[in-house]
Amino acid sequence: MKLLWRYTVYHFRSQLEYRVSFWLTTLGQFLVPFVSFAGMALLFRQFGTLEQWTLSDVALLYGVTQLAFAFNELFIRGFDSFSSLVVSGEFDRLLVRPRNMVLQVLGSKQDFTRFGRLVQSTIVFVWAIANASFQWTFLKGVCLALMVFGGMGIFAALFMGFATLSFWTIKGLEVVNLFTDGGREMAQYPLTIYPKAIQRFFTFAVPFFVVNALPLFFLTDVPGYEAAIYAFVPLIGFLALVPAYFIWNYGVRHYQSTGS
Amino acid sequence: MRPYIGIFKTQFKQGIQYRTAAIAGIATQFFFGWVFIAIFSAFYGDQTAVNGFTKAQMTTYIWLQQAFLAFIMLWYRDNSLLEMIRTGHVAYELCRPLNIYAHWYARIFSQRLSSGLLRCVPILLLTALFPFGFGLSLPETPISAMLFVISLLLGLMINTAISMFVYISVFVTLSPAGSLLIFGIVGEFFSGGTLPIPLMPMTLQRVVAFLPFAYTADFPFRVYSGNIGTAEALAGIGIQLLWLVLLPFIGNRLMNGTLKKLVIQGG
Repeated sequence: MKLLWRYTVYHFRSQLEYRVSFWLTTLGQFLVPFVSFAGMALLFRQFGTLEQWTLSDVALLYGVTQLAFAFNELFIRGFDSFSSLVVSGEFDRLLVRPRNMVLQVLGSKQDFTRFGRLVQSTIVFVWAIANASFQWTFLKGVCLALMVFGGMGIFAALFMGFATLSFWTIKGLEVVNLFTDGGREMAQYPLTIYPKAIQRFFTFAVPFFVVNALPLFFLTDVPGYEAAIYAFVPLIGFLALVPAYFIWNYGVRHYQSTGS
Repeated sequence: MRPYIGIFKTQFKQGIQYRTAAIAGIATQFFFGWVFIAIFSAFYGDQTAVNGFTKAQMTTYIWLQQAFLAFIMLWYRDNSLLEMIRTGHVAYELCRPLNIYAHWYARIFSQRLSSGLLRCVPILLLTALFPFGFGLSLPETPISAMLFVISLLLGLMINTAISMFVYISVFVTLSPAGSLLIFGIVGEFFSGGTLPIPLMPMTLQRVVAFLPFAYTADFPFRVYSGNIGTAEALAGIGIQLLWLVLLPFIGNRLMNGTLKKLVIQGG
């Protein structure tokens, strides 16, 4: 933990060296999700509702997804840019150090400008909670918290899983963004608006469904989804980390250096 | 003019070499185009038109956006130029007997053109074959097709002029990330990249009309689908030309001003 904190301080200092750009980027990182939320709000202004959902319902999903993603961008960034460690052979250096591998990768890169997204998504999230179209209960609060945690788990698992891929592909794959960035864009809206095939994919292959539409049914009291069990469905998202961790360990054991 | 045409030719040839990168990009663009269409269609529900913007026009709009992404996106960057500024190698560029603004303009223009042309063909062809209601429609009339090509190219030229401001700003900030991001977001929103401009409230649409961004992407796409008629399209092309005089003029002045105060990095 102390080590991770040291890494954090160094990254923060080095990024502050390019001061103007640092603040501009932080502002930008705030604006990116802000603009996408503004777009959502404008669409609701134009059309009123999206199927049976109102702006505050969808804003809740937006908040969950963006918070989960922002958290990952802040702390799991090292896995996102992991392929550059492999390409340059830097990963060899990590291997010889007597410290935990995951910890070192996490410390290899941190990007504080991503704080902007966290701030923005928190604001939307709080707004959505305060303006919810339904009555809050204790169980619903638990469900919402689990949605955020489950979402974090899914994104972390994706980043980690794809980082492992670069042990074999060496160079990062652009297609990976379809799952991370693409998943983020899609999960801002209830997944039920997409065609069936895609819904299935995002239920069984990448379980976004369990932190998205399913708990939203529970929160908004859709008939047939009132059972308390639906409040705990988002936990499944966290389970996604288990296979990701095993794949990662398998990858590390089979790692062959690029040399030099 | 000759050297600039030479720059154009070499950059263009270089650009069309990266076919694998283009294929990866195309896959991403199909996916995102398809997601956006699904979202907007869900909002349309049973309605067929909003603000005179039909569902079919919306679909075509999104596919054109994805096909010509390289023409539109402000966050597209020339890393070697940025690296030159950061390391100080830009000093060599300044020694050349060329106007540096025109030189870089030609360079960025040709990169965008080659990358856009390479990617647009497969996307346009495939999406035109998609089942009815989900694919690209043909241009409204032969005239709108012609006006589309003209306005698209003018739009690309305006966009290049806007991008130049990003590179100029890097002389001051030295790290491109910040200004690229800000320009990118503002530009994307006001050119209809977040949601098509016809779906915005009227007051906002009036604001957008006073900015150059909509003339880079939104305007040509609506000309294509017939959402903007012939007479209006001709007026719009006039406005495009106006921006094309104004933006490079300011850019050139600003660049010369920055260069006078420039301290070259490194030794």
